[in-house]
Parts: sequence; C-alpha cells; structure tokens
Amino acid sequence: MEKSEKGKITCRREFLRKGAQASILLALGGITALAARRTGGDGYVWQMDPAKCTQCGRCATSCVKSPSAVKCVHVYAMCGYCDLCGGYFLPETKILDTAAEHQLCPTKAIKRTFIEDPFFQYTIDEDLCIGCGKCVKGCGAFGNGSLQLQVRQNLCDNCNECAIARNCPSDAYSRVPAGNPYLLKGIGAEILDIT
Amino acid sequence: MKKRTALAFLSILFAWQIGSSYAIQRFPKPEFDSGYITPETLLPTPRAGILEIMDVSVLLIALSMVTWAVLKRRSRNMVFWISVCSLAYFGFYREGCVCSIGAIQNVTLAIFSGSYILPWTVLVFFMAPLVFTLAFGRTFCAGVCPFGAFQDLVSWRPQKIGPQLNAVLGVIPYIYLTFAVLYVVTETDFIICRYDPFVGIFRFNATFGMFLFAGVLLLSGIFIARPYCRFLCPYGVLLNWISRFSRYHLPITPSVCIQCRLCEDSCPYEAIEKPVTVKNPDARQTVVKKFILIVLLFPFLILLGGWTGSQLHETLAKVNGKVSLANELLHPENIQTGKESVEVTAFRASGKPASELYAEASEILRQFYIGGWISGGFIGLVIGGLLAGRLITRYRTDFEPNRGTCFSCARCVDYCPVKS
Repeated sequence: MEKSEKGKITCRREFLRKGAQASILLALGGITALAARRTGGDGYVWQMDPAKCTQCGRCATSCVKSPSAVKCVHVYAMCGYCDLCGGYFLPETKILDTAAEHQLCPTKAIKRTFIEDPFFQYTIDEDLCIGCGKCVKGCGAFGNGSLQLQVRQNLCDNCNECAIARNCPSDAYSRVPAGNPYLLKGIGAEILDIT
Repeated sequence: MKKRTALAFLSILFAWQIGSSYAIQRFPKPEFDSGYITPETLLPTPRAGILEIMDVSVLLIALSMVTWAVLKRRSRNMVFWISVCSLAYFGFYREGCVCSIGAIQNVTLAIFSGSYILPWTVLVFFMAPLVFTLAFGRTFCAGVCPFGAFQDLVSWRPQKIGPQLNAVLGVIPYIYLTFAVLYVVTETDFIICRYDPFVGIFRFNATFGMFLFAGVLLLSGIFIARPYCRFLCPYGVLLNWISRFSRYHLPITPSVCIQCRLCEDSCPYEAIEKPVTVKNPDARQTVVKKFILIVLLFPFLILLGGWTGSQLHETLAKVNGKVSLANELLHPENIQTGKESVEVTAFRASGKPASELYAEASEILRQFYIGGWISGGFIGLVIGGLLAGRLITRYRTDFEPNRGTCFSCARCVDYCPVKS
C-alpha cells in the first residue's frame, strides 16, 4: 500500500515536472522569438552626435573611465587654420602666443604649430584631452566648428548603459552598428566619407 | 597680416550676431603655398566583431565545462578553477560587460521598445544560462558568472542565518527584478547596470558609493556566503524558478544516501533540505484552515501591492529624464539652486516645443501608473507565495539540494562518502 502510493506520487510529480519543463521551454522559445525580431547581426557601440551636443561638459565627468573615453577630435578638413583660434585662446586674449595663461584648454592638450603666415595647425594630444568640450564650444561659436567631441572607440568600454548617455542633457548619444561608429558633422565630413 | 586678423575678428563678431548655429564655414579652408598637406583625422575602430564571437564561445565552453565538472566529474576542485578562469575572463578582462544579469534589460527593451536593436550576442548571454539551467540546474552560478565566482572566493567563514531570514531576504531579488523591468519598459534607466556593485571593482574605477556597496557585499560575504546571488541578483529569480524543474540536477550522493549527515552543514548557502519523515505533520483540519487563509490572503496582498505601486507612480517616475525635465519647466520655482539646469538650457536650444515634451511626459506617467499596479501586484503575489511556501512540508527521506537555491557548487559532493 505504502509502496504503490509512493509510486503514484512520484508519477504525478514527474508528470508535473515534465509539464513545467515543456512550458518553460516554450516560454524561453517565445521570448527568443520576440527578441529575435529586433536582433541585429552587428555589434553595437555608443555614438555621439556633435550636431546635438551643447558642450555642457558632462562627457568629461560622467564617463566611467577616467579620463573620459570622449575626446575632442579635430576634423582638419574643416579647419580654417585661424591665427586667432576660438578653440585655442581664451576669449579676450590679445597676444596670440602659446603661453599657458592664454589657452582655453584646461589640460593644454592642444598644440599650436606654425604652418605659414598667417596659418596655424592645431593638434589635439588625446592623452591629455579630458573631453570637457571647452575648445569645441569656442570653435563652434567663433570658428568653423572643426573641433568636435567624439566617443573614441578604442578607449570606450562600451558599457551596456553608457553613463554619459544617461546624463546627456541634449540626448546626443545613441547606439549604432559598430561598422559605422563615428559621426562627424558639417563641411569636410564628406571628405572623410563618414556620413 | 594685421588687417586680415582684424577682418577675421570682425567676421567672428558678425557671425556671433547671426547666432552660433553649428559648423558654419566662416573661414574658408586656406590654400597653402608651402606645400602643407592636411593631416588625416584619425578614427580608431572599436573592438573587433570577431571578439564578440569569442565572448559567446567562452560562455558556451565555460557552461559546458562547469556542467561536466559538476555532474560527471563531481569535482569541487574543477568547479573552483573554472570559476577562477571565468572571473578572470568575464570579470577582469571583459570588465563585467556583457553579462547575463544585465541582459535581462536588453531583452526586455527589445521586446517592448519599437526602436531598440538587440545585439545577438546579448540574446545568447541571456538565453544560454537559462537553457543550461533547465537541463542541469544552476551550473551557470557555480562557475561561469563572474559575480558568483568573486563572492565564492571570499566566502571563508560562512555562517547560517536560518530559513526564516533566508526566505524574507529572498524576496528582495523579486522586487529588484520587478523594478528593473518597470524602468526598462518605461525606457527610463538600466538600474541593474547602474547599481552593479562589482563592475567598478573589475574596472578599478568605482565611485565612492559603489565601492562602499561592493565592500559591504564582499566583507559580509566572508560570513554570509554569496550575498548578492542570494539576496539581490534579479537573474537569480529566473534561474531559481527554472532550476526547480531542471532535468538533471546535481544529487548530493551518486547512488544511495546512507544518512551519514556529513553533508548536513557543508552547504554555505543553506540549500540542503533535511529529511522530513513525518508524512502529515499537521492535522487535516489545520491544513484546510491554513489553505483557506492563504486563498483569502492572496487577492488582498495583490490588491494592496498594486494599490501601493500605483500611488507611488509619480515618485517612481521622478528619475525619468523626460518627466523630470517637464517638471522643471512647469514648476521652475521648485528648483533649489535657483539656476536653470543644463537640461533646461539644452532643451530650449533644441527648439522642440514644450507641449510635445509634456505630452511625452504624461504618457510616461500613465505607463508608470499601470506599471505601478502590475509591479505592486506582482510583489504582493510573491509575498503571498512566500507565506504559502512556508506552510508546505514535503516528505523526503534523504538529504537533498533545494533545486531552486542550490548553486551546484559541488561542495556537498566532497563531503559525501559514497563515491560511486
């Protein structure tokens, strides 16, 4: 009596277990099917749209990396090679030289080199750049806007949720296919064959 | 040259007056006489796609190896070394991203959002451990998850905290999972990633708050084994339920239990169920009474939870960017600093009409209201289930692992004297 009752219970349990296994499999299959409709074959990376950027300075502070993986990128093709560079000099600078007290960049990451009268080349030392966007603001306001903030993909950790994207006030960050990671805006971008 | 500078300066002023719209060719690109060649803008590429395939391969290989070590070799030693390798790869090399726990959010977003595109690797990271668990129990927790491996390494002096406290604290993962899903569905935030205690440690860049959180977890983890896995992990909820119905779960003894009680205290996670040899511990009448009580309690708990959730919907929605921005625009007097926030400045610069934002924000608030009812109701259901679960006594003759909470770490196996 004892034995047969025990056997019966095991059977019922086994039946329930099998049923539960089948329903879990079905549920997992369903979730996979639902999610797979929105699955992309490519990897995804974070991209910053400089056209939306308001240079609030949070790229420098919000990134989980220190210094930030966002750097100022110089699109040389757009640059006017100005002597009085809005991205290099502090406003109201009278003497256009490389003195530290005249520079806008807090880390002196921009190098000014003489090309020919009256043109100067500005090069960004990305090891020093913290991505604060001060030069980007200056260049956008007074110059051609050839200095642009970009997520440097070799430095970016590609977090599941980008901490800068979360804090960006102008919604400039989005996830894009890894095949096309940079978005440079304006004149010269077509030369780089990016847009 | 002076003249040119002055002209440039004037044109700057003029351009400034027009408005600082983005990227205007205010100064034409110079024509150089010195043969200067414009340098190229360097655009370093992201991590190669082939490496993502490597991540998935490592995941599948590690899952298979742990499962083999647990079920076939029954070797705690092997599980330990595989978990160290997983910690090194998924933890310190991959820096905790991509992970199965966070993948809950990506998969949920892919199902609910119209625009989000889910990388296929993330889908595999979400699904593979669940499928393995359905077949073999939580072997993923045993040796693949870097969080589990990390905490397992520090659990030197595990103490028992008792089934009551275990059950009460065990409700937290359900609440965490519920809110994680709510915040994803409303496209507010990925809270599992945001409050991930170990990622900051893996990357050596934790903020003070997160470092403190991780420190508390790891230090308490010396005495209470795997506190994150047992009392926080939202993915653990899914694994727990799937593992209860797993096909081939690790048994403590390979053949017949000889009732030696050696394994009784071997489990640091209190996941070993002792034999219950009394068939009906309570009289039939009391069982029926308790059953009626639970039946009456369930709808009450669900309604209470749902109502509480719906009442909190405005508080819950505060962290949503659009809702907080709309709040600030509508009630500028509430802002403590007295200064317009960067968000408001950026919003004004974008030129988007405020009415559009308000419509979006009220839609999000409505989602939070419905979500509050569903989430609260679900939490009520979980608490009811917990109470009901305490009443059930199941007849068993041997020491058995609790299939839901067992991490298949194979510690108990080492204690079992029956070897074949």
